[in-house]
Amino acid sequence: MLSGLITSLFGGISVGSVLLIAALGLAIVFGLMGVINMAHGELMMIGAYTTFLVQNVCKGTPLADLYIFPAIIAAFLVAGLLGFFLERTVVRHLYGRPLETLLATWGVSLILQQFVRSVSWQFIIGIGIFGSLYYAGNRLLANGKAAKFDWKKLLLTTIASIASLVICNVLGDMFKLAITQPWFGAQNVDVTAPSWLLGGLPIGDDQLPATRIFIMVLTAGCVAGVYWFLNKSMWGLRIRAVTQNREMSACLGISTDRVDALTFALGSGLAGIAGVAVSLLGSVGPNTGTNYIIDTFMVVVVGGVGKLVGSIVAALVLGTTSYLIGSDSFAPLLGWAPPLANFFTFFSNSSMAKVMVFAGIFVFLQARPAGLFPQKGRTVDN
Amino acid sequence: MARKFRRREILILGSTAAGSVLLKACAPNAPSAPSASGSPSPASAPGASPAAPTGNGIKVGLLHSMSGTMAISEKSVVDAEQLAIEEINKAGGVLGKQIIPILEDGKSDWPTFNEKAKKLIDQDKVATVFGCWTSSSRKAVLETFETKKHMLWYPVQYEGQECSQHVFYTGAAPNQQIEPSVEWLLKTYPGKPFFLVGSDYVFPKTANSIIKAQLAAKGGKVVGEEYIPLGNNEVSSVIAKIKKALPQGGIIYNSLNGDTNVAFFKQLQGAGMGPDKYPSMSVSVAEEEVQAIGAKYLKGHFAAWNYFQTVDTPASKKFAEAFKAKFGPKRVVNDPMEAAYTMVYLWKQAVEKAKTYEDLEKVRAAAIGQTFEAPNGKVVMNANHHISKIVRIGKVREDGLFEIVNSTPAAVEPEPWNQYVAETKGFSCDWSDPAKGGKFKKA
Repeated sequence: MLSGLITSLFGGISVGSVLLIAALGLAIVFGLMGVINMAHGELMMIGAYTTFLVQNVCKGTPLADLYIFPAIIAAFLVAGLLGFFLERTVVRHLYGRPLETLLATWGVSLILQQFVRSVSWQFIIGIGIFGSLYYAGNRLLANGKAAKFDWKKLLLTTIASIASLVICNVLGDMFKLAITQPWFGAQNVDVTAPSWLLGGLPIGDDQLPATRIFIMVLTAGCVAGVYWFLNKSMWGLRIRAVTQNREMSACLGISTDRVDALTFALGSGLAGIAGVAVSLLGSVGPNTGTNYIIDTFMVVVVGGVGKLVGSIVAALVLGTTSYLIGSDSFAPLLGWAPPLANFFTFFSNSSMAKVMVFAGIFVFLQARPAGLFPQKGRTVDN
Repeated sequence: MARKFRRREILILGSTAAGSVLLKACAPNAPSAPSASGSPSPASAPGASPAAPTGNGIKVGLLHSMSGTMAISEKSVVDAEQLAIEEINKAGGVLGKQIIPILEDGKSDWPTFNEKAKKLIDQDKVATVFGCWTSSSRKAVLETFETKKHMLWYPVQYEGQECSQHVFYTGAAPNQQIEPSVEWLLKTYPGKPFFLVGSDYVFPKTANSIIKAQLAAKGGKVVGEEYIPLGNNEVSSVIAKIKKALPQGGIIYNSLNGDTNVAFFKQLQGAGMGPDKYPSMSVSVAEEEVQAIGAKYLKGHFAAWNYFQTVDTPASKKFAEAFKAKFGPKRVVNDPMEAAYTMVYLWKQAVEKAKTYEDLEKVRAAAIGQTFEAPNGKVVMNANHHISKIVRIGKVREDGLFEIVNSTPAAVEPEPWNQYVAETKGFSCDWSDPAKGGKFKKA
């Protein structure tokens, strides 16, 4: 009985911690900055693919069993840099226009999905040639008298794309598979946990999976790190200042531009770490991200936008309830009320548990539209 | 510049965002990124070039999902079909003409499949269509092929209970995969109870109703049945339920599809439920999926198919080697790919026997009785438009390929109408005799 209780509780918290680590980056990007980032899931996917690459690089070296640690760092950096690039090129132009941001980031998510399916050396070379030709041409045009001749730009784009297409196809014919073979392809790739994470901690007849314990520790570490960063560091102070009052912070000499970029990169980097975590539990493929995006938005909205603690509580509550309902843990406790027990048994499969959780959220948001921990004070409705 | 927007607005938009993704996830209608044609990617590799002259070629349609959830599986089937077409073209084509494949993307979206099927038939005037993977996509295009009296070749194992005059099924019917595997399990693990796990859609549900009927007839015991939505990665509650239902261990019969398999086996391993106590039999996990899940997690589990890459025949080796030479040494071949490869050859033989590719009535009649030395063994196209093939059980090895632990001594004849299910018991299908047709009571 006791071991049953422990495993139930453990199961619930571990589902919650997966939700939390996936939502943590979004809690910053969406919660603090107010950017609806539909590409959050794809940043997780990039983190998962980084794990796959690091795993393959480490194969056969003494690091093989510890690859997960460099993978965490690499995933944070890769996803963070990608997030930084994304903020500079797309999101920056759309601050204060949530609908456009939603559409633009969704477009980015589709591009990233197709990118990992098609990327090959040939593809990279093609993009590189197109980019450099276009950039160089643009510089030349700008050095002349006017940069506003549209037909010149059009011509430039045409020439650059034709040149890159031709070179790519020639290279493809020359080297064949060596460069045309996709790196990952449309198939899922395999990430195998290091051997010390394959077992588990025996409790009575049961076993607590080691990967789950690892994810809980990782989540706790990330939450602690984010708290320290936001509350104790100089940049954290600036981030908090800008989220509370952008104009005033700008007046006081904070470069809001740089703060925005950094915040977005931080949120994206955390998505990368979440990618490492979920790669230990589930599939790594082009669609990995789409499987998580609903849950992450759900956590942030239920928790209350703008409050990290809200996301933490919401993730744990949602994770635990959906696990307990899904595994039919309530029915045995409700032996004294058979109709109620039957009710819970009816909802105790994955599809119905989801229905019940969403119904609960719906009712909850009717009562408290601002979530569990609404922001208070003058900053709220300006 | 940066206009502040209200909290309420964020909440509303945020929920809209989450809601729209939810909708997209529920009905797999994802308007996905455009297929890679036109960009320098292998999708438009030589052999698939639709720009080829059409003067003296035969156009055929390849209708599969090149984007969306199902792209993971269907892309490989397209590769296998293109390999077969390329081989046939190199050997001189069909009736002296080259085959020109026209690739259409069904985008993992069933209405799109139907639209593209109409486009291939009406606009491109293809001689036949090779396509579909999920039963839902096949059901979506079925009416189009029947009303236009056209021809579809379908390469995937499926739940049966269908027998169309306008479709040739080269994957396994349930009696060529599911039923023999259950029988084998009953023999190998006598007395062990079964737990059925599947994805939440038509194939696993029909498959499980067949399994339950079969187990009831043979004295097996089912202690639980669980369905997980497609694409779901959180399976810990299901694993907890299996453990509760099978405290002493038992057989897990797995008809999960797609990504969920990865999560399921990773977490099964984490919960300490190995194949010694909880052997599992999968019907949708083949070489490609093993590669994606990681052989470490699957070692010792079972799968039932007609073909494994490890089948030791000259035809099988030739197929695997040709595929690796074209698509890279890391790629593997699996059962649906083998069926896809085979069906292109069967169509070619039927066209050659009929001496026409335009008169579909003649091609259809000529197809029945065609035999082909396929990688999985000698196959025969039966009068019920399904093919006879050998059934094998494989056990996952260290290297991710299958050790074949059981195979039927001879090819098993297909039975599209299931003999365990009460409503279809005693029914059969015979398209060679117009009096009998798609569903008739056997004498």
